[in-house]
Amino acid sequence: MIAWDLLANAVVAGLLLGGFYAAVSLGVSIIFGLLDIANIAQPAFLILGSYAAYVMNSTFGLDPILTGLLFTPVFYLLGAAVYRVYYGSFERRGEESLRGLVFFFGLLFIIEVSLSLKFGVDYRLVQAGYIGKSIQFGGVGIAYRLLVPCLVGLAMTLALHLFLGRTFYGRAIMAVSQDRLALRLMGANPVQIKTVAFGIGIAAASLAGALLVTITPVIPSSDRDYIGRMFAITVLGGMGSIGGTLVAAVILGVIESLMATFYGPSWSLAVSFGILLIALAVRPAGLFGR
Amino acid sequence: MPQAARTLAVGLAVVAAGILIASLRVNPYLYFAGYVIFQYIVIATAWNILGGYAGYVNFGTPAFFALGAYTAVFLIQSIRAPLPVLILAGGLVSALLGLGIGYLTLRLRGVFFSIATLALSIVLQTMIINWEYVGGSRGLSVIRPSSPPFGSYVTFLFTVMVLLAVLAVTAARFIERSWIGRGLAALRDNEEAAECMGVPTLRLKLFATTISGFLLGVAGAPFPYYVTFVEPNSAFNLDYAVNALAMPMIGGTTSWIGPVIGAVLLGSAQQLATVTISSEMNLFIVGVVLVAFVVLAPEGILGLVRRLRGRSS
Amino acid sequence: MRQPWQRVRITRFLVGALTGTLVLASALIAHAADPIKIGFGMALTGGLSANGKPALLAIQIWKDDINKKGGLLGRPVELVFYDDQTNPATVPGIYTKLLDVDKVDLVISGYGTNLIAPLLPIAMERKLTLMGMFGLANNEKYQYPNYFQIQPAGPDPQTSTAIGFFELAARQNPKPQTVAMVGADAEYPQNALVGARELVKKFGFKTVYDKTYPPSTVDYTPIVRAIKATNPDIVFVASYPPDSVGMLRAAHEVGLQPKILGGGMVGLMFTTVMTSMGPMLNGIVNYDFWAPEPTFLAMPGIKEFLKEYQARAEKAGVDPLGYYLPPYSYALVQVLGQAVEATKGLDQQKIADYIRTHEFNTIVGKVKFGKNGEWATGRTLMVQYQKIQGTGIEQFRGPGKKIVLWPDDLKSGSIIYPYAAALK
Repeated sequence: MIAWDLLANAVVAGLLLGGFYAAVSLGVSIIFGLLDIANIAQPAFLILGSYAAYVMNSTFGLDPILTGLLFTPVFYLLGAAVYRVYYGSFERRGEESLRGLVFFFGLLFIIEVSLSLKFGVDYRLVQAGYIGKSIQFGGVGIAYRLLVPCLVGLAMTLALHLFLGRTFYGRAIMAVSQDRLALRLMGANPVQIKTVAFGIGIAAASLAGALLVTITPVIPSSDRDYIGRMFAITVLGGMGSIGGTLVAAVILGVIESLMATFYGPSWSLAVSFGILLIALAVRPAGLFGR
Repeated sequence: MPQAARTLAVGLAVVAAGILIASLRVNPYLYFAGYVIFQYIVIATAWNILGGYAGYVNFGTPAFFALGAYTAVFLIQSIRAPLPVLILAGGLVSALLGLGIGYLTLRLRGVFFSIATLALSIVLQTMIINWEYVGGSRGLSVIRPSSPPFGSYVTFLFTVMVLLAVLAVTAARFIERSWIGRGLAALRDNEEAAECMGVPTLRLKLFATTISGFLLGVAGAPFPYYVTFVEPNSAFNLDYAVNALAMPMIGGTTSWIGPVIGAVLLGSAQQLATVTISSEMNLFIVGVVLVAFVVLAPEGILGLVRRLRGRSS
Repeated sequence: MRQPWQRVRITRFLVGALTGTLVLASALIAHAADPIKIGFGMALTGGLSANGKPALLAIQIWKDDINKKGGLLGRPVELVFYDDQTNPATVPGIYTKLLDVDKVDLVISGYGTNLIAPLLPIAMERKLTLMGMFGLANNEKYQYPNYFQIQPAGPDPQTSTAIGFFELAARQNPKPQTVAMVGADAEYPQNALVGARELVKKFGFKTVYDKTYPPSTVDYTPIVRAIKATNPDIVFVASYPPDSVGMLRAAHEVGLQPKILGGGMVGLMFTTVMTSMGPMLNGIVNYDFWAPEPTFLAMPGIKEFLKEYQARAEKAGVDPLGYYLPPYSYALVQVLGQAVEATKGLDQQKIADYIRTHEFNTIVGKVKFGKNGEWATGRTLMVQYQKIQGTGIEQFRGPGKKIVLWPDDLKSGSIIYPYAAALK
């Protein structure tokens, strides 16, 4: 005896959540999935984006998503700078794995603690016209607070997909992840390409962070909830596949939502990671991996 | 073998010094702070066996540590087991976890192992939160045994932790200098090449994850008696993850001395900072120092010392 | 013309004399101004710092107030405190340093059940009087006689959060029948839920939903929908600040309208939450300890305290109104200070005996301790948010928006029932 409208609502809520999770994971999907750089600091950039949106919202009343878009160039440059440091210190010397990971871990901490020092640990929220309202389709209610981030997430995924498939830089990024030598022979500089890609990945965090603070209040340590989710989704979806990331994000969102509705929310987060661990054991290439 | 005898002598001397300090009953604060520092020596050494020697970065240190602590809590609640049993049990359970994670990510690249350890912490913490017998999310108060040696239970725990630190460091040193250590180094530098050369990489990986897990669990087992109140947030604290990483990185990952140096330096600095400046700055400084070391002095203090020595000679 | 060796001699004599004078003088001054040190750890960072920092400010205000009046026992009061980072593992080390290195004369606890828990064994071992700041049922296991808790939970801490809520529900006519309860997987909410279950049985309600969620939940709509599907009359929520906000927003989006909603939602009383949620709070019946209603504003000294606190709060970066923990933190040290003065010394046992047997006048009213160090009579309030318009802070400064419904002797208004009526 399943309550159909409860099920429908749970699935829809999960889909919306999935769209948001996709936005959150895009950065990792590019940086880790394509460039093979395990950027553990990505969640910190996400929260940084949330705080940027919060500051703009509380000072100027700017819509958070607008802030997210406005700040993408800033975050792009930030990402490019971080990559240059990373490249100069690690990749060039060929010592990326251990030290690179540690570098990003330290960076994560520095960003989180800086936010804590500057903003304190009170929960920060944003105001926007559409928060608190919802629309009804038959028996299914959709909150704007979730719908808008989901749509933005889908738009981001589509934009990136087109960028990677259709533009020169995009294809160069795909190429650099597959064959660096061939790329050089084509006349492109791999370091330059990777800088662009890393910058885009961090810029994605800016927008995703704005979406996050729209959905729920944030504090500096909120990043820790997302470390696992981001990587779980990227790995599950398959390294190097943007579309795969979206599918994995939606799967995770729906599972979390169904668990929360029918079984009890306590285990939903753990179940998601359980799935990741099983996926790693059974099919590490992920659903759509190369 | 003079080498082994010398190691044994040094180890015994350190333990004896620990007992002596304990029996002197100096300012009790020394034992509390000292316990934490020696605990970190064990944690850093354990992490380094897997991270420094084998090149597999474990972000899930809190999972192993907390599992050791909660195994102890379970045994205290059920049969009031004595401390040595708690330590052994905590170590074994965490060793099993290490074995399990190693086996799960056996044929994958190192970075997947790291991600799996991230996920591990969350899954384990959720399980503990939902397990009422060991306190669940509300935590559990643990009463220390009465009439301890040295008069105060924490002083006793201090000597126990000194002993554990000596054992851990001895084990690390032994591994480092044996064929296992050489195999792990080969594994770290290039796993495929090592396999081609006939190094039993899979078995070595499992060995490293298991022994690292064992030592982390051992470090966690006395924790309930130290803190007398165990709850998931502090047992699974991310600080353990960062410190387990930072201490070997700062000290130097290639040798057993590195984690010891890192633990003593960073651990003391943190203990000092807790009772002087605000701890947000404390964390900030750890992050900055970590990044600085990893960028500028990737071989840690050991590396710096070696470079200096190299220049003068 | 003096010879060099003579100059050296004179210099040495002068230096010696000067040093001696200084030493003597500082010894005299130090002895005369020998301060009384009160030591504690406090959550200045980490999850509970949103309350820990205001608490510290309140204690510092008390120290300044008492020093203006000449200190305690004629000696100035000095605070020695460290950040416990909301991590119980730091507590043993911090308090050992306070007692054995800083040599404090008195200790008080940090904020929160989890930070008080590891402190009790230490206090027991050293036979100290321990004032506890907002911990639930810490002393039930130990039953230490020298522990006193300033949170007005009363002799039955576990039901203290929910009792007013369910009693108000039971009084309504017709009596509501069904209860849905939900809470976060964390210390305070879990305790509140245990109490709630007991009370549901006592009042004869029927439970139709009883689940918990992990604090890192992003979206509460599935949970709220599941609750709505059971069509409950009463919805009891035990949550921490982010989930309180999340649940409330989801409730509005899903259209959850039981007859009475609220209960144990921590965080709704924080100024940042009140000003950002605004009218979404209308109708919620929630636990609280203090409200800017006439009965509370009339208590001796509270107005002066709030004026001082609110003046300093902005610069300190803490809750600007201070209507939750700060008055109680101040009252805690008031009790301790009054006991020290009354026993004319720093004998821990005498102080504890005095506190146990006397009633105190504080800025939160009369305080008397009973079983296990809890208040002899519980005073957890049930408040209802009413007629909030927009998101300005000024409407929350005075009476009228957070009405006290229970207990009856502190009532300042009537409940708007059912919940939906308050939303209009």
